[in-house]
Order: sequence, then structure tokens, then C-alpha cells
Amino acid sequence: MSPQDTAHCREVFAVLSEYLDVELPPQACEQMRRHIEGCAPCVEFVESLKKSVALCRQYEPETMPRPLSDAARRELLSAWQKTLGK
Amino acid sequence: MARALLAGDASVFEPFVDHFRAKIFRYTWLMCGQREDAEEVSQETMLKAFQKFDQLETPEQVRPWIFRIARNECLMKRRKSRFAPETELSLDEFLPAFRHEGETRKLEIADWSALPDQNFLQGELKDELTRAIQQLPDTYRAVVLLRDVEDLSTDATAEILGLTSDVVKTRLHRGRLALRKTLDTYLRLHRSQI
Repeated sequence: MSPQDTAHCREVFAVLSEYLDVELPPQACEQMRRHIEGCAPCVEFVESLKKSVALCRQYEPETMPRPLSDAARRELLSAWQKTLGK
Repeated sequence: MARALLAGDASVFEPFVDHFRAKIFRYTWLMCGQREDAEEVSQETMLKAFQKFDQLETPEQVRPWIFRIARNECLMKRRKSRFAPETELSLDEFLPAFRHEGETRKLEIADWSALPDQNFLQGELKDELTRAIQQLPDTYRAVVLLRDVEDLSTDATAEILGLTSDVVKTRLHRGRLALRKTLDTYLRLHRSQI
């Protein structure tokens, strides 16, 4: 354990989303993977961020739009037909 | 569906409207915060989309194309209703603290392993996520909604919001860290209920 370990973890935390989204250059990605594998705090933090993102991906609000009125639906249909010259 | 609509296939009109109206409502409800505003923006977005449907050059890109219209409608609505100053989120405020137990370093965070891997978004945790999303500053919320809730790519999100991909990545990460921290606090306080 050393202050460098913590500094390295903080560098990892700073670009973690790009790592999870596979948007880092391959070499940087590999370096991060090696660090994370050997670092329990990083493993823990990565898991928490992954689950937090997974929660967003599952998100459906309780509040849903009211059913579309007939008039509003007709307005949309008419706009589409007019645009396509039907 | 977009390709069929462009070809004049009326059988996909209803499913198309229902699908995108629900998506746009979710985005605008979380951006505007008011049901009435979200209903209005959803309808205006769909109407504008159909009024220029013949300008949709790439049917495969219909999702970002419609979200770009929704984003503009949302901005118009917000300009009319209130002025919210931009807030910057600093990376440092969301990074966890370390504590030392002998030779071991530990993070001061909740035990996220208690959450199952799938289908765990319900009840109070879902309410907490709703609040956390709504409390994000607008600029970060828009990115998180498009990237993580709507599952759009970085490039599509950048195009919709008129940002560079690098700015999208930065805002996404800070937005995610902010949500993670809020949920972390919740999990620590409600560990027994998970």
C-alpha cells in the first residue's frame, strides 16, 4: 500500500466511464484492466458504477403519457399524410 | 418502421407514434419535470417530425433525428418557463474516500454486491433514482438520459445536443458519478431493505 496506489486509483476513477464503454485507446484500456484486476478498491468501485449505469438502463418512469386523444392523433396523421403528399 | 412510414405504409403509423411518444415523454418529463410540459413537448415533437418526415435522409437514424427535435422543443419550453443557471460538476466531489485498516485500503462506499444483477430497480430505489436524475444539472442530465436511459451512442448524443464527443464523455462520466454517489448514500442508509 502506498500513496501512489491511491493516486493511481484516482486516475482510474477519472476515466472509468470511457473504460466501461470501451472508448479508451486499447493500450490505455489494457493498463486500466491490469490495475483494476489487482486492486480491491477499484474492483469495488467499478462494480458500483456498473450497477448504477445498469439501473439507468432499466429505468422506466412511473409517470407515463396520457393516451393520445383522437384529435391529437388525427393531427399527427394528417401532418404525415400531407408531408408524403398522400 | 421509419423506412415503412417513408414508403407510405399506414400500418406502422400507430405503433411508430406510440413507441416514440412514450420515449420522448420519458426524456422530456425528466428534463422539464412537469407532466403537462412533457405531454406538450411530446406532441409538438411528433407533429414537427411528421411535418418534415420527408427530410429524414437515413431511416436508421430516426431515433437521434427525433430526439434532436425533442431537445429543441424542450429548450423552447424551458426558456418560456424559467431560467436555470448552468452548474458545473467537479470530478473531485464524486470520488470516494479511502480508509486504511492496517495494511489494507478500503473504500468508504456502500455494499453494492447486495443488489442483484438484474431486475432490481423497484420501489424506493427507483424513486431515489428518479430524484437523483431530476436533481442533476440540465447539461449533465441530458447526456445521461440519452446515453444511459435511451442507450444512444456517444456520437448520436453529441449530434443531438450539439456537443463534441469529448464533452459528451466528460459530462456522462460526471453525471454517472453523481448518480452513483446519490444511490450509494441511499444504499448505505437503507441496506437492510435491499
